[in-house]
Amino acid sequence: MTLPLFFFYVFSVITVASALMVIAARNPVHSVLFLILAFVNSAGLFMLAGAEFLALILIVVYVGAVAVLFLFVTMMLDVDFASLRQGMLQYAPVGVVVGVILLLELLLVGGSFVLPTGVEATAMVPIEQGVQNTKAIGQLLYTRYVFLFQGAAGILLVAMIGAIVLTLRHKSNVKRQDVFRQTGRKRSEGVELVKVKSGQGL
Amino acid sequence: MDFVVSALDYLLGIPIFGWGTQVGFIYKGLLLLVALLIFTAYILLADRKIWAAVQVRRGPNVVGPFGLLQSFADLLKFVFKEPVIPASSDKVLFLLAPLVTSILALSAYAVIPFDKGWALADINIGVLYIFAISSLGVYGVIIGGWSSNSKYAFLGALRSAAQMVSYEVSIGLVIITVLLVAGSLNLTDIVTAQQSGGIAHMLGVPWLSILNWYWLPLFPMFVVFYISALAETNRPPFDLPEGESELVAGYMVEYSSTPYLLFMLGEYIAIILMCSMTTILFLGGWASPLDIAPFNWIPGVVWFGLKLCLVFFMFAMAKAMVPRYRYDQLMRIGWKVFLPISLAMVVIVAFVLQLTGWGWHGGAV
Repeated sequence: MTLPLFFFYVFSVITVASALMVIAARNPVHSVLFLILAFVNSAGLFMLAGAEFLALILIVVYVGAVAVLFLFVTMMLDVDFASLRQGMLQYAPVGVVVGVILLLELLLVGGSFVLPTGVEATAMVPIEQGVQNTKAIGQLLYTRYVFLFQGAAGILLVAMIGAIVLTLRHKSNVKRQDVFRQTGRKRSEGVELVKVKSGQGL
Repeated sequence: MDFVVSALDYLLGIPIFGWGTQVGFIYKGLLLLVALLIFTAYILLADRKIWAAVQVRRGPNVVGPFGLLQSFADLLKFVFKEPVIPASSDKVLFLLAPLVTSILALSAYAVIPFDKGWALADINIGVLYIFAISSLGVYGVIIGGWSSNSKYAFLGALRSAAQMVSYEVSIGLVIITVLLVAGSLNLTDIVTAQQSGGIAHMLGVPWLSILNWYWLPLFPMFVVFYISALAETNRPPFDLPEGESELVAGYMVEYSSTPYLLFMLGEYIAIILMCSMTTILFLGGWASPLDIAPFNWIPGVVWFGLKLCLVFFMFAMAKAMVPRYRYDQLMRIGWKVFLPISLAMVVIVAFVLQLTGWGWHGGAV
């Protein structure tokens, strides 16, 4: 057994175990934390496969941003988890069926997957030897697939705008701070010096 | 048993005694850890002294000469106190949170080059590694705040989650502009790229290397990075997760003794990490500011330390002088000011590099 192989087993065992705990944990916050553990360990697996860019992007995007928001929402949930678990036996058979089908499909795909010899020579975009994978991904994304890449970015932007538009409420009776108006105000608009005559008032 | 031998060689090897083929990582790591912890102790003291000096106080001056042993006295005090764990807290997570904070903060130092070749691991995606580790730092705060089962701590955790996710975006874009100019994700390469080309070379005074560093051509990004680093490390004026006037101490309310010490330690180590990131990305890392005789005799690690202290001094002065931001102002400045500025700078820098052929790629398509 070599050192990378040893680490492969360590990472995969922790990934599988924590993935199991995601669905087994009683507390949903614990579930999210186990999900994060699974993410981090799969990043370790990516690292072992030599895809260090993907590994760290997985951590930055999924663990650093997506899972934080996920945790954020889960922490604020106020649900009675005991009552949620009441109907669990009812749904269990469906879950088992879906799980078995998925497992069979994965086994079929994994078992029938063959990499023909000499396939690397006929690849559409062969990766040059000695090029770091950050550079290789960049060269591919920004040259050959630049339109698809930009299209995906556009779709994500539209999705983001859609989500914002759906939740944005303009309340008219709320006092808001307008920073430009505040900083653009002159002294003459804000303060007025009035000489009040004694006994008369304003 | 092959892997045990290679693992032992990697971790514990001492070539002089004929054990293994390389100096073990355990020794290098321990040396770095001890140096870092002692440095942190004095940075903490410096923080308090600077804060005191701004307010015309003396600061800690009782333990040791000029209070030099104050941090060690604090350490002993924290360790010998009783750790109080709230009865209704989630005990495992409650104790895990400070560990997460401090271990993550420490693990980022594995890739920092303190001098030429003085990085524990000189990996080719060092910047990304540090960015990933610092984006994980928020978990210590969130877990700590949630597991305390206290309202103040929980509010602190919520604030911290939103704040750190917001400012990570602009930090990421600032790092991208630096990468565009330097052309590498390796921290050592970023530092050497700041030596080999830049404004001083264009002006014909290559010895004046202080002008070469990226703080000058990328000055707006330098400012954005500095302010975002304050927000990312929960430093004043952005210390809303702790905000003692509203939330007592935020996510740290329920912590005492050693767990509190670990939170504190993790926070300061993360601050030093951000200072060293500023040094590496914008202030030329270990390079001497004037590349002439008496200055470049001084070892690079000394220059690194001096620049680090300069950046930390700016951090400490911001803490002493600037009042705390309101939360909506904090979010506004992150999303409505820094994000557009840094997005625009990424585009502008890319255009300038492509059109003029400056930087690493020589304008080639």
